[in-house]
Amino acid sequence: MKTMKKVFMTAMAVMMAASMAACGDSASDSSGSSSGVKIGLHYELTGAVADYGTAELKGSQLAIKHANEAGGNYIEVVYDNKSDTTESVTLAAQLASDGVVGVVGPATSGASAASYQILNDAKITVVSPSATAINQTLNPTSGEVYDYVFRICFEDSYQGAAMAQYAIDTLGKAKAIVYADNASDYAKGLADAFNAQFKKLGGTIVATDYYSAGDTDFNSVLTKFKDMDFDVLYIPGYYNEAGLIIKQAREMGIDCEIIGPDGFDSESLIDLAGASNLNKVYYTTAYTTVGASPALQAFIDAYKAEYNEEPGMFAALAYDSTNLLIQAIEKAGSTDPEAVRNAVESINFDGVTGSFSFDDTHTPIKSVLVVTLVDGVQGDAVAVSPDVD
Amino acid sequence: MKNWFKRTNLLWLALIVSTYVILNVLISTGIINNVYQTVLLTIGINIILAISLNLIIGITGQFSLGHAGFMIIGAYSCGVVLKLVAGGTIGVLLGMLIGMAISAAVALVVAIPTLRLRGDYLAIATLGFGEIIRIVVLNMEVTNGAAGLILPKAVSWHMVYWAMVICTLVIVNFGISAHGRACISVREDEIAAEAMGINTTQYKILAFVIGAMIASVAGALYAGAFYVIKPEMFTYSKSIDILVLVVFGGMGSITGSFISTVLVSLLNTALQQFSSVRMIVYGLALVVIMVFRPSGLLGRKEFSFDALLKKFDKKKGAAS
Amino acid sequence: MTQFLQQMINGLSLGSIYALVALGYTMVYGIIKLINFAHGDIYMLGAYIGFIVTTKLGLGFVPALLISMVGCAIIGMTIERIAYKPLRHATRITALITAIGVSYFLEAGTQRVMGAGVQTFPNVFVNETIMLGNVRISTQQIVIFVVTITLMVALQFLVNKTKIGRAMRAVSVDGDAARLMGVNVNAVISFTFAIGSALAGAAGVLVGVYYNSINPLMGMLPGIKAFIAAVFGGIGIIPGAMLGGFFIGIVETMVAGYGSSLWKDAVVYIILILILIIKPAGLLGKNTKEKV
Repeated sequence: MKTMKKVFMTAMAVMMAASMAACGDSASDSSGSSSGVKIGLHYELTGAVADYGTAELKGSQLAIKHANEAGGNYIEVVYDNKSDTTESVTLAAQLASDGVVGVVGPATSGASAASYQILNDAKITVVSPSATAINQTLNPTSGEVYDYVFRICFEDSYQGAAMAQYAIDTLGKAKAIVYADNASDYAKGLADAFNAQFKKLGGTIVATDYYSAGDTDFNSVLTKFKDMDFDVLYIPGYYNEAGLIIKQAREMGIDCEIIGPDGFDSESLIDLAGASNLNKVYYTTAYTTVGASPALQAFIDAYKAEYNEEPGMFAALAYDSTNLLIQAIEKAGSTDPEAVRNAVESINFDGVTGSFSFDDTHTPIKSVLVVTLVDGVQGDAVAVSPDVD
Repeated sequence: MKNWFKRTNLLWLALIVSTYVILNVLISTGIINNVYQTVLLTIGINIILAISLNLIIGITGQFSLGHAGFMIIGAYSCGVVLKLVAGGTIGVLLGMLIGMAISAAVALVVAIPTLRLRGDYLAIATLGFGEIIRIVVLNMEVTNGAAGLILPKAVSWHMVYWAMVICTLVIVNFGISAHGRACISVREDEIAAEAMGINTTQYKILAFVIGAMIASVAGALYAGAFYVIKPEMFTYSKSIDILVLVVFGGMGSITGSFISTVLVSLLNTALQQFSSVRMIVYGLALVVIMVFRPSGLLGRKEFSFDALLKKFDKKKGAAS
Repeated sequence: MTQFLQQMINGLSLGSIYALVALGYTMVYGIIKLINFAHGDIYMLGAYIGFIVTTKLGLGFVPALLISMVGCAIIGMTIERIAYKPLRHATRITALITAIGVSYFLEAGTQRVMGAGVQTFPNVFVNETIMLGNVRISTQQIVIFVVTITLMVALQFLVNKTKIGRAMRAVSVDGDAARLMGVNVNAVISFTFAIGSALAGAAGVLVGVYYNSINPLMGMLPGIKAFIAAVFGGIGIIPGAMLGGFFIGIVETMVAGYGSSLWKDAVVYIILILILIIKPAGLLGKNTKEKV
């Protein structure tokens, strides 16, 4: 009798769990009977980097919504890779068997590396909003460019070098400290490129230290830096930590120039650091609201209307990636894999994050902008092209 | 010699071979598509991890939370070999051997001081060791730090299947050997075992080292099968995931680990569509299972053909 | 020297947080021998309650602290009733897995309800910097330190001088004997969870104020660190948890300040292992012989 009760209770609990699951917004594919063009959205929606994936999903969904309002028939197939590479491998195979024409995502390099080989073999065109790692679009075994993989963000090395160039040429700095995120390859690539270019141009790297994504206490390292002789602080990493580092540094009295990568680009940076601390802060980006083009302004307005929040760089890049893919499909006039891929490769895209075409590593040719923050507001944006070999 | 061809052993052999053949047929006919093939890979690797931890926790009764540390050693040994020395199957096998050697050495270093500890203290100490191993890997040059390694695919599911079979045979046979019995006596009552003249420390270390080596095999297979390895994938959360498989199946039951791993993987795949509530359900399921069935699915029992045959024989006897 | 003092202050602020969380770990472990893995998540919930109280209700620091403590106490008791109470006599590992399940549930649930991203905790009071010679102390750091010490003194008083405190000590020594002596063991355990969770809730609000950044996974690492702090000081011993918390905070700061922050977590784990090997009962613990 007692076992019966236990069995019953367990069954109840399982049913409760199942019904909870069913009530949840199943952000999954709405595929099925209709005959639209399927676009896979392969993002980090839960887990460690859910922040970036969620923002990009919003951008992509907005793009698909706009395309459908304009008479298209696109179906989004959304998957959550849990910020996990194993899951990404399974999902890449899943997307291939779902018969999607193209995939947008993942947001981060690890999940991307785990997916590209499978998607490429399945001849599915991938347009990545933010996989910035060095050589990300190359096959690790052969070293050749994946035929079907494209990205619309610039490579970490390019951005890091651009910042070094700007720090030396424009800001006139010579002694830098690099305080990098050690948990992401993004930061690692940036730091390496910055170091190399900064030294090449005659600067010295006074010190290098690291933090881990998720840290909140940077006082000890900043206290150490404070006694050193340096004139600029480079923080390759994302806004979640960078915002706190800037706040703690400024409160400690470190008032030199602070420079960073496009990972700074978020409203959260202002919330975390406090507007008054965001002076003499510069970062490289491809996306700026300074002197926004009409297209960009339209995107910002539409995004605000849809989600009731300001779009950040991730959302904008995802919006562009998705639009690029849709445009290419329309240009190709079919969903034939090769035709779509060729259309992407030869595209001259005009998006909210600028106009660009792809180079032979399927990375966009676009200039890096350095944005200046004045009281947390973007004051000025200058284009920089580093002379790298 | 005769013993080898007992009815049950033959039945097990038939099960192993027929499962292999059936899976092969299903894959070649496309019934198991690419998606399920990656699920199969995950299941195979997780089974190896679960049974190797089961040897330490279930059979020897030593509570370890640092299993991911040995997995990372295997994964990176294999990854570095694939990257720098040789690709393909040879690379995986070579990496696997190197990984096992390093794991054995590290496991010895970990085991000798910590296995004197009991229960929760041992768990926390092994957790600490697992994290230290990971931080070392994170700060090494050859491992490419936090960025990790991007690898070509070098492991097919055939390899995972046979590796799983071999690892299982090793652990099962260890469990029923004299050494294995000694380990079980350590689990049941350490002081009594010691009083019976069993060198408990030695057996604990033995089980720990074997478990660690097998975990590194799983790591090597993972590296060859899943394209990317990064230190952040092997945190203590990974150790906990493995532990959950073992406890869910029943500590001490190898067949239980098999069943729980397959069930959890399928549950995970089924819940894929409900991504945002999946972890909530997972957490809830853990609590529910522990509250209502704390000994896991099979407890310490094993599924065995012997018992099944006996029942069958009895029935036949009763009928005639 | 200035830098050393400055680093000490940084370490004490960080250590205060660990100490507050460690107290909950140590009390729960002391009383039912459970590593409450979900304790770090209670701390996270405390931060979120504080966040909601300050942003949505517009209340100040003190109400936020109190509401968060009460809220966490209720959550802690509820978790104990639902998840841990049925397992009073189960094996330790079963209870541990349950705690892990609760932890996953709280993390994923918070991610779902509040969003996965970082939330910015508002500035609830003006942060000023006071200079003592060349050493800077912010008012936030002073508030953290004062709140922590006050709560600890109150806890010491509660445990050592009150009736319920005596009951708690009795249950932790021998639950069955305490029951025979007329102590309501279940009520005492509930109370212990309430107090431990309230302290974690306070730590959550303090962290929110100090770093002004909170996220659903913020409890994971501090949870482990706080547990290490509790083990370091001698698990089950309240002054030990405080000592351990401050010690871990200072060590972490010093390693980052004078060495490389890449190794700060590794050093904490090495200390843990050393203390476990050399003196498993912790710094303030008494070694007990195992009886057959």
